[in-house]
Amino acid sequence: MSEKALGRMRFDAFVKKIGLPTLIIAAFFIVVLIAAVILDMPMPTLIGDMLKRFGMNGLLVLAMVPSIQSGTGPNFALPVGIICGLFSIVCGIEFGFTGWNLILFAAGMSLVLAALVGLLYGKLLNAVKGAEMTIATYTGFSIVALMELGWLMIPFKSKKMGWMMGSGLRETIQLDGVEAEEIINNFLSFEVFGIKVPTGLLLVLFAFSVMIWLFFRTKTGIAISAGGINPNFAKASGINIDRNRIVANVISTVLGAFGIILYSQSFGYAQLYAAPLNMAFPAVAAVLIGGATAARAKVSNVIIGTLLFQGLLTTSMPVANQLFAGTDLSEIMRMVIQNGIILYALTQVKGGAEA
Amino acid sequence: MNGSRNGNFNLKNKIIENMVPIIFVAFTLLGFAVSSGVPLSYFLSELSSRFFRNAFLVLSLVIPVIAGLGLNFGIVVGAISGQIAIAIVRYFYLEGLTGLLLCFAIAAPIAAFFGWLTGKLYNKTRGQEMIASLIVSFFANGIYQFLFLFVVGVIILVPATHPMIKPDGVGIRMSVDMGKLKYALESILEVPFMWAVLVVCVAALVFMLLRHFKKKQELTKNKKINFYIRIGVFSVLAVISIISIITGNSLMSVRDVPAATAVLIALLCLFTSWIMKTKLGQDFRSVGQNQYIAGTNGIDVDKTRIIAVIMSTVFASWGQIIYLQNMGTLNTYGAHNQIGMFSVAAILVGGASVSKATVGQALLGTILFNSMFIMSPEIGKALFGQAILGEYFRTFMVYGIIGMALGLYVWKANRASKLTIDPDALSESTGRSAWITIPTPPDSSSSSGTRTN
Repeated sequence: MSEKALGRMRFDAFVKKIGLPTLIIAAFFIVVLIAAVILDMPMPTLIGDMLKRFGMNGLLVLAMVPSIQSGTGPNFALPVGIICGLFSIVCGIEFGFTGWNLILFAAGMSLVLAALVGLLYGKLLNAVKGAEMTIATYTGFSIVALMELGWLMIPFKSKKMGWMMGSGLRETIQLDGVEAEEIINNFLSFEVFGIKVPTGLLLVLFAFSVMIWLFFRTKTGIAISAGGINPNFAKASGINIDRNRIVANVISTVLGAFGIILYSQSFGYAQLYAAPLNMAFPAVAAVLIGGATAARAKVSNVIIGTLLFQGLLTTSMPVANQLFAGTDLSEIMRMVIQNGIILYALTQVKGGAEA
Repeated sequence: MNGSRNGNFNLKNKIIENMVPIIFVAFTLLGFAVSSGVPLSYFLSELSSRFFRNAFLVLSLVIPVIAGLGLNFGIVVGAISGQIAIAIVRYFYLEGLTGLLLCFAIAAPIAAFFGWLTGKLYNKTRGQEMIASLIVSFFANGIYQFLFLFVVGVIILVPATHPMIKPDGVGIRMSVDMGKLKYALESILEVPFMWAVLVVCVAALVFMLLRHFKKKQELTKNKKINFYIRIGVFSVLAVISIISIITGNSLMSVRDVPAATAVLIALLCLFTSWIMKTKLGQDFRSVGQNQYIAGTNGIDVDKTRIIAVIMSTVFASWGQIIYLQNMGTLNTYGAHNQIGMFSVAAILVGGASVSKATVGQALLGTILFNSMFIMSPEIGKALFGQAILGEYFRTFMVYGIIGMALGLYVWKANRASKLTIDPDALSESTGRSAWITIPTPPDSSSSSGTRTN
């Protein structure tokens, strides 16, 4: 075998190991970073923003791991969990909690709420085996639309959330009014080389990542993965697949709820009404960019994918604006990359490529 | 719509089968009951203009359903092609009927090309076509924005003084004036609403009676009742229209009906029925029923599916042009986004499912869905004092209906397959695509079901 062919084989193996989408996005990311340096962008601010965006989206992306591993595909019904989280935040504000109390209350309440809702959602998914992704998408959409009615009709009293006149909640609720803006981000936060590191945010994400990583090493976790890889084999070994799929989706829904709490406090606003409608798609795209497929995902895929995707989005916006003022090129790029990667993953769903 | 298969007329089954249409009729009637301020003539005006605007788009969904691709949310791609055609035509200041015909002519090849690409994609995402079509619509939207906001101006140089182009010379404006493309179809011939109802009813009655006497075969009791119900409905409508034409009551103030649009819609209906009788139509049907068996019978499954998608996309592009010429302005970055969702919801409301759709269901669905759309703000206002509630409610209805219809379909299919085969085994062997049926045809290049080997 010639030297060239051998080199080519090595290259192919490398591409296969890392994954083509990951490589393409990483290359693109590096190009944008170099452009940012050439254009003399303020790098510390850029990196600080990147860390923040990485941290605030991380949990939402992590929510994809349990559902993918259990064989129900990426959790396109992430808005279900997000709505649970938002509802808990709103209830916390309504009951007069502020600061850390609000965050803890919201986390506690959303844990219970999301677990219950996730249970029902898991049952639904078991009834529609084979079309989980489509049904999940519309479950998410329906819940968001239903809660649009809810935000308007549930008689919340708190002045911090209502309109000046009329009933119903505002579209966005400022969290600085309840002393919860960036409260986790600022925990132990420090500056190095002008880069603001949101220590608390990263710690929380890290803690949950380790927990999920450990969970998939427990007996239940391994059983869930086994059921996702080969339901028949798992069934033959006495694993209750339906129950495991429900467990996995409960975890995913709870992570979605926690994810939006982390996201909202970092963003400074809780966004209601139509805002959660399309939140599942960037999260799905991120985990796929990290090297996951619609059937297999690891915690490392989450970390790499979120860092690449959110990093690319954060850096490309100022770069694109400088190069082509007036056109929101980065938003267009987000749409193309995000949906392109999901389509790519869908074409791989039943092929033997990833086995 | 055709009732239970066994000859017995079973009211309970019939109601369950047509649950969704019945709910929508009830909802519209509720709207009339609670909101006193909606005159029938206003409702009918709104309904008829919305019907003629949307029917063509909804009809474009029928063929992919029959060919087994499910509900094609990807008609957004067709809508985008239509808008590209309009942008080209308006760039050269063309308008009127010639401009419109030119739009149709330009849109067709663009839509056919994009349809070919989407068709190829659906063949690679077999069993997950619907989620793929939804994501394709998002993806296409990104490409479209790139084209219209960036390529036009940066790569294709255009004069910044052109009224369509943004003042800085890059990209197309948020809304584009359609000039005399507006109402190009309406301006050909408009018929008073009640006259149109009369003509349609009489035509339907003549058609049904002719067919009835020509066949002369013994009808089952169920079909007989169906037949008499239809005759009754059309006769009553015809009588009502004659009365209001003679007395000139408030129904005569309903907005006129665009005859040319009606003809186009009728032509598409006829085309869809006609193609089902050809060899190609038979292929659609057999591929839709079982790709594997169709493949072994010598049908090129992949090609047939692609043809179905191309047809759907081209019709959707024309449908979008019809829609926009009625709206009068091209909302460049918003007009296409909801088209897929709304059209799918409409055809489902008409009683269609993932694997079954007829022209009649598309038309009925368009009427019922738009009735709900007109009435829900009124109900919101009347019951809760807020019209916005009605708007949120109808968004919920759109998503809810799609979700529920799809969920019920899969659930039923899974339950049915449980009676014969273990669903897990089935879904595994097909790489979790149990609900659209059956393994990959042997001629397909993609490897099937080897994930676990």
